[in-house]
This record gives sequence, C-alpha cells and structure tokens, in this order.
Amino acid sequence: MQTRFRGRVWLFGEDISTDHIITAGYLGTTDPKVFAEHCLENVDARFAKEVKPGDLVVAGPNFGCGSSREQAVLAFTHLGVSAIVAPSFARIFFRNAINQALPVVECPGIHEKVKPNEEIELDLERGEVKTASGEILTFRPLPPHVLEILEAGGLVPKLKRDLAARRASS
Amino acid sequence: MADRTMAEKVLARASGRDRVAPGDIVDATVDLLYMHEMLALALGPFNEIGIPKVWDPTKIVVTLDHWVPPPNEQIAKMHQQVRDFCKKQGIARFHDVGDHGIVHQLIAERGYAQPGKLIVGSDSHTNMVGACGAFAAGIGATDVAAVLATGRVWLRVPETMKVFIEGLLGPRTYAKDVILKVIATTGDDGARYQAVEFHGPTVKAMPMHERLVLCNMTTEMGAKVGMIEADEVAQEYLAHAKEPFTSFGSDEDARFEATYEFDVDGMGPQVACPSNPANVKPVEDVAGTKIDVAFLGSCTNARIEDLRLAAEILKGKKVAPGVRLQVTPASQRIYRQAIQEGLVEIFLDAGGTFTQSTCGPCFGGHLGVLAGNEVCISSTNRNYPGRMGSPQAQVYLASPATLAASAIYGVITDPREA
Repeated sequence: MQTRFRGRVWLFGEDISTDHIITAGYLGTTDPKVFAEHCLENVDARFAKEVKPGDLVVAGPNFGCGSSREQAVLAFTHLGVSAIVAPSFARIFFRNAINQALPVVECPGIHEKVKPNEEIELDLERGEVKTASGEILTFRPLPPHVLEILEAGGLVPKLKRDLAARRASS
Repeated sequence: MADRTMAEKVLARASGRDRVAPGDIVDATVDLLYMHEMLALALGPFNEIGIPKVWDPTKIVVTLDHWVPPPNEQIAKMHQQVRDFCKKQGIARFHDVGDHGIVHQLIAERGYAQPGKLIVGSDSHTNMVGACGAFAAGIGATDVAAVLATGRVWLRVPETMKVFIEGLLGPRTYAKDVILKVIATTGDDGARYQAVEFHGPTVKAMPMHERLVLCNMTTEMGAKVGMIEADEVAQEYLAHAKEPFTSFGSDEDARFEATYEFDVDGMGPQVACPSNPANVKPVEDVAGTKIDVAFLGSCTNARIEDLRLAAEILKGKKVAPGVRLQVTPASQRIYRQAIQEGLVEIFLDAGGTFTQSTCGPCFGGHLGVLAGNEVCISSTNRNYPGRMGSPQAQVYLASPATLAASAIYGVITDPREA
C-alpha cells in the first residue's frame, strides 16, 4: 500500500459539505465521471478541470459534513486525488472515504499551514505532513483496523479477501 | 458496574462483549438495515463481494423516498433496480411507491425501530429513529453493501454527549426551536463522532413527534447517533408493533464526554440563517426578511402534528402574494391522514400546494428546487449552499409554526404575533 504521498495542494475552507462537493442535481446516476466533472464546482470551478492525479486536498475542519452520499468520495477518487488532509472530517464521509481506499487524515491546524499549489508530503505510517517550507505537522496515525481496509484497497476488496481466507481454512 | 451510556450498552450487546469503551472498534451484528434509493448505488459493490444472497431478508427494510415519483428515466431505472433486487432477495418489507414514506418516518411510524436495537440506515438522518431508544447511525453505499452481504458493521464506540434540557417553552415554540438552539451552542460539528443523549424534564414531557425532531438534527451536530431513553411515551408509540418492549436508558453513573445544560424556560422561536444550521438567531432578529418560498416537508418536520399546527395558523388566511407555500408530508400514511382531517383543503384554500410524500426539495432533488436569489423558509434540517438547489438561494430553517406565519405575511414572522 502506498503510505507516502507528495503532491500539489488544493486548499478549501471549513464546513465543506457534501452539498458543496456534489450537489443533488447530479445524483441521478451511478456514473462517477459525472460526480468528478462537477466536484466542488460552486466552491472553485477550476478544481474539477485542473486537478491532476496525485494532487492532495487540504481543508478546514468538518470536511464532508452533511449527507451520506458516497458520490462525494467517488468524485475525488475518480479525479485521482491521492489523499485529503483536514483537522477533522464528518463521520460518514470519513467512513465512505476509507471504504473507497481514499486516505483521509485528521491533522490539526493543517489548513492554516499550507498554501494553494504548494507541494506537501504526507506519511501515513509516521503520522506526518511536511509543508513546502519544511515544517512538520504531526497527526495520530489511523487505527490498525482502518489501515487494514486501506491496505486491502477498500472495504469490498477486504471483504473478498477475508471471505477467501475463510473458505480456504474451512 | 452501572456506568454505561445507552450507546455503550447497545454496542456491547451487538458485538458480544461484556462492555465496551469509547474509542474501541467493534465488529457488531446489525439488527436492522434500512435503505432508500441508495440501494441502487450499493448493488455494484454488493455483487462484487460475491455473496449471492443477503444475510437475512427479514432484517431489511426498503422504501423509495428521494425521488418519488421518478422525475426522469435514469431515476425510474434506479427504482426498477431496487424493486427487482427486493423481489429477488425476498425482502418482504419493501414499501414501494403508494405505501412509501421518507424512510426515517416510515421506520418510526411502522414500529421498526425498537429500543436497544443496532440500526444502520443508508442516510445521514438515520439518527432520527434513536428517539425510540435505538442506536441508529447513517452509513454510505459501500457500507450498505457490506452489511447486506455479512449482516455486520465495524463501528468505533462513540463518546457520549449529554444534553440536559429543562424549562417550559414559550408560546409557539417547539422541539425544532430547541434543537436549533442546541446546534447554535455546540456548532455544526460539536458532537462529531459522538452519541448525543437527551435528558431532562422538557424532553420527558415531549411527545414522540417532537423527540424525533431532536434526534433527527443531531446529524447537524455531527453526531453518530442521537438517543432518548425509551420510556412509557416511547412504549405507547411503539405498542402497535407488538414487539417485547424494554425500558432502556443509560446508567446513573454513566460517563459523559461533555454535558450541556439548557434552561429553555420562556424561550421563543429560533431560525437558522443562511448558510449553516448553526447560524441561529431568535426569530425577532430576522423578522421582516422577505421570502419567496415556504416549504413544509422532510423527515424533520412533516408529521401529522406539524401539518396540523401549520393548518391551524393558516386556516382562513391566504399566503402572501408572490409567495409559494408547498406542503410535502413525510409519509403516505400522513398524506392520507391529512386528507381525512381536512388539512389539505386548508393549505389549498390558503393558496398553497400539497404534494405526495418525498424528500424532494429538501436535498435539492426535484419537486420544488430553488432558483438563484430565491429565499426560502423551510421546516427541513440543512441549509448549506446548494442544498435545496441553486447555491445562491438563501434557506432559513424554522419550525412549522414560524414557517406558516411567514407564509401569510411574505416575510419571516414571529409566530407568536401571527
């Protein structure tokens, strides 16, 4: 599993809700391309057009608050965003992201320490973010159970793996 | 030891442990999984897991609520997929259009949410049915797929916040006003990852339709679940389900992460202003704000009691020129009852519209979506930008009484003066 990331920052504010990320007008489909194309369009119209695979999203507290729509996570994964770092996440968004193998990291103060477009480094195992100026911010690493899901590539691959193991041992 | 919170008791039982502590991650057995159209999005991952049959069709409830009736072909297809899946899997408690409701309301009114149960639902406002004493949390599509296949869910045992409420509310002031006041105090992430338990004489005195409002909007505090001790009020509400009832609350020495105390004696109506549910002001401070739309609907505040209250205020009156009033009952049963009680006629006489039950405009889906620069007073739960349509639309959240009074005058109006 990739545990270290280096990428360009897209910076957003606090309380970015799932309504900001993907508004309901685009939910009438199961095609993630649609979610990706309209991701955060009312917050920063450039984002969906210009974000590159490997870029990182950094935001203020309570990222992903609001509805349970997993389309909000699929929008980021389809665009190739490698991880999201914020002081805190709303709980359903957090679960949905982990289940889709998108690393989400709770790093206090991160949104005040980075600037848009600068390159930062993220180390999931060490629990560190290194900003462009070289400052190191630390966070509590993800719990083992959550890391296991990420490592498997998401909840579905993990379940498949667990089921296969159970069948093999029985 | 008698020091466990409601959430800890449910999760200990559901994970087969003697006790659990906040922060523990447990693998728990689900008592009830309920879903709306999100089931369609869960079919992909469910099929990929490779277990052909759901773990237990008798522990699953499905309805359609977000887009009823389907506004376009894509949604119609989604509904078809849900219908086909329920038939194939033998899910008897599939409440199709005609017997449907906003899923949380349907779960509450049919008595499916019983005290002490571990419930997961495919929607963030699953918290609502915790008013029946259940641990009820919202999950996303992949989690839904995993529960369908295994009947299990991993959960972090939450810390519990105690919200104690005492005092006699002022006139024309309701649970909606109370929960807005609570959210204003905690912020829209003040209870993030936590369980919220409501305590105190004001809560004890509330009928179920008001308790459901409190738990519903714990979602807007960031909470994992909202819970209220299942007492005789809950028992009476759930009696028709004919399931064994256990009175169920937290222990006397339960440990709470935080305790908030509210004295709401004489408190008046509150309004959450654009564009955050925690941006709350007393109604006097925003009275006079011009509105274009008044929407009475959603799982939060569109029960029969809410409709009665709005009808009482609107009876014999007219909606202000240029204002559209839309009433969307929370379930088909409520729809029927509103007709029987003559409420629909009151709304129509006032110049309003009355629609079939759906989430509809609450989440900006269909049937009353807002244009840019429109101002809406709404009995719903969320007002983030773009929630009900255009990101430029302004949404004020209020009780059905404040909403009805505002519809008459065309400006946000203190219902005590209407």
